[in-house]
Amino acid sequence: MEHKDIAINGDYAIALAWKQVDPDVCSAYPITPQTIIVERFSEYVADGEVNTEFVCTESEHSALSLCIASASAGARSVTATAAVGLGHMWEMLGTTAGLRMPVTMAVTNRALSAPINIHCDHGDAMASRDSGWVMLFSENVQEAYDNAIISMRIAEHKDVQLPVMFCLDGFILTHAIERMTPMETKDVKAFVGEYDPVYPLLDWKNPVTHGAMDLSDVYYEHRYQILEAIQAAAKVAEDVFKDFAKITGRKYNSLEKYKCDDADYIAVCLGSTFGTIKVAVDQLRAEGKKVGAMMPRLYRPLPIDDIAKAVEGKKGIAVLDRFMTFGSYSPLYEDVVTSATSLKEMPKMYSYIYGLGGRDVKVSDLESVYNDMIGNKSKKVNHLGVKL
Amino acid sequence: MSLVPGGRVIEPGSALKFLTGDWRSFRPVYDDKKCSHCMLCWMYCPDETILVKDGKMNGIMMTHCKGCGLCAKHCPKKAITMIQE
Amino acid sequence: MTISLKELAKTPTKMTAGHRLCGGCAEGTVVRQALMATDKPVVVSTATGCFEVSTTIYPYTAWNVPWIHTAFGNVAATAAGTEAAYNALRRRGKIKDEMNFLAIGGDGGTYDIGFQALSGALERGHRFVYLCMNNEAYMNTGIQRSASTGIGAATSTTPAGDIIPGKQGYPKDMTQIVASHHIPYVAQVSPHNWKDIITKFKKAYDVDGPSFINAICPCPRGWRTEAEDSMILGQLAVETCVWPLYEVVDGNYELTGESLRIAEGKLEKKPIMDWFKSQGRFRHLMDDKWAKVIKGAQADVDKKWERLKKLAKL
Repeated sequence: MEHKDIAINGDYAIALAWKQVDPDVCSAYPITPQTIIVERFSEYVADGEVNTEFVCTESEHSALSLCIASASAGARSVTATAAVGLGHMWEMLGTTAGLRMPVTMAVTNRALSAPINIHCDHGDAMASRDSGWVMLFSENVQEAYDNAIISMRIAEHKDVQLPVMFCLDGFILTHAIERMTPMETKDVKAFVGEYDPVYPLLDWKNPVTHGAMDLSDVYYEHRYQILEAIQAAAKVAEDVFKDFAKITGRKYNSLEKYKCDDADYIAVCLGSTFGTIKVAVDQLRAEGKKVGAMMPRLYRPLPIDDIAKAVEGKKGIAVLDRFMTFGSYSPLYEDVVTSATSLKEMPKMYSYIYGLGGRDVKVSDLESVYNDMIGNKSKKVNHLGVKL
Repeated sequence: MSLVPGGRVIEPGSALKFLTGDWRSFRPVYDDKKCSHCMLCWMYCPDETILVKDGKMNGIMMTHCKGCGLCAKHCPKKAITMIQE
Repeated sequence: MTISLKELAKTPTKMTAGHRLCGGCAEGTVVRQALMATDKPVVVSTATGCFEVSTTIYPYTAWNVPWIHTAFGNVAATAAGTEAAYNALRRRGKIKDEMNFLAIGGDGGTYDIGFQALSGALERGHRFVYLCMNNEAYMNTGIQRSASTGIGAATSTTPAGDIIPGKQGYPKDMTQIVASHHIPYVAQVSPHNWKDIITKFKKAYDVDGPSFINAICPCPRGWRTEAEDSMILGQLAVETCVWPLYEVVDGNYELTGESLRIAEGKLEKKPIMDWFKSQGRFRHLMDDKWAKVIKGAQADVDKKWERLKKLAKL
């Protein structure tokens, strides 16, 4: 199989993936740094390169509402957003999962207001993490493209039937041009297959009521079904990653590990930082320091057991949150710490908050995280690079 | 519990199993001799409880009639009267 | 278009008994009328509200047709989603049948929280019929005021007090706002005039694009009226010109039903006092100290009625 590498930014890469999939419905509202996904996609629509019903709504709330309804009607539906746009969708996030609509959404991670800031952090995704969506993170443009395709298979799997949001760091990945290997369009189409909707609304001869009201006798059970579905997504995701590797040679894991096996110190992060931190790991390894890094690519459902296993017996774990919880510990730190509670002995764990509002994170910053741990200088909660 | 995912209700019109007739404090009494089968009662009934057979009024579904009295109020022939339950 | 009650009575039941609207709620009548006006399959989207709640309390549904509810402020976007899917799937040959799309919102879901989604969907031109069931307050949550509540009405957030006599200010003229989107079909209706309402729904389903029908929906609970009076109150709303019957077809205004007869001098235009006297929510206005509220309300109705007549070239 012959693949031709291309130079492309993350937003265009997602638009390209969607062009190859040719979804039934795409509905979105512009917001930086997501905008150019739908701008590019609208060009494909205007040129007749896709057969998609493309709807530019008057708000993100309507964009996701429209996708929920079109998915319920029996159409494969995609959308994209960022930051406060995801916030504006928030009401509908839980509804998408609750109605079990396999919508897929690109989230180009950007800071929440205020102050208003268009640059990268994970505030948008973290504020949405308990909505019942499967969540994938991407290290680079290639992964953002791959996740756009992979997410459909996970979402639409009969055991899952949940929405999937795939995240890519705003500007760092959305606007940076990287080298990437696209799939052949026929392979993309074969990989995602035909959308086979469950109880589609437009099957009028078998009329179904979607979105009925639950009283307290059954609400808990319906919400529990979401839990079972997202737990099922853990295995489904691993299976989809395997299938994807067969076609592309690119093998992904729910928990990505880099030089962790013999490491004494591990840092955990999400998104493009995982790429930067690999350089830091290599440099410190060259100095003889036994360090590693990992990223839960599948952030929801969290690979809890894999994380526990990976941190067992280590001397120190730094958890890097590109987001700050006010008044408690930050989410990824909480996730890693609680995952490790099943261990007989928990390693020392440190919270590092970094990179808010697009604050640059250099290799040297990440080296300092490891060196702090090694030198026993890390505090329980650390703010990397804040000017106080 | 065995539930259809997503809270979907896949049995159409199942609300018929929910009997709203016991809400009633007034009941409509239908006199078919007076009825001209104009079907105005059917048109106004918010609950679709006017029974229709071959396009004609065929009584009231008392299992569901809430006794609002709209049918009686508008019957041009006074074929429906409301009495206390 | 000739419509006979006997023929209509043969139409299949699209919404069954066993829903839990209050006795005498005009919403049940209006939706039945909306559904009997089309023979094609109809896909219904409903905003959160009395109607949504009372027709679909799990595990029951009153619906014999496809139905979806997603949230309160987005029914136009939801209906647009069903229509977008239909367009896509028809283009791909996966759907053959012609279908109609009906969106239903209350006045809260239309005048207030759903306003933006509605305006957006109208501007984009989705082919769907939007039905606003206007009972002039948030009845589902316990009779709070909305942008369509009439001046002087006592609601649970605009109580009749010693110094404030209920709702302040005149209602938003949503039908006119929608007409300003220059969509193919806009109408105001009342369920008591079944011929008028069904004729209008038939026209609405037939246009190629969005249509909007605003229905006055008397609410015995919120208006403090008798259950049996819901159709009579609709008629009174029309005869006082509080709720004129009219349609806007491709920008052309036409008065219909009783409103046309009033404009032509064939039917008496009743004073607003008749409207206020008919409902418990206005009872406090009978106190002489609120005479100016009644005077102002009459002037507002007259002003809007004269403007409407001018638009209809009458």
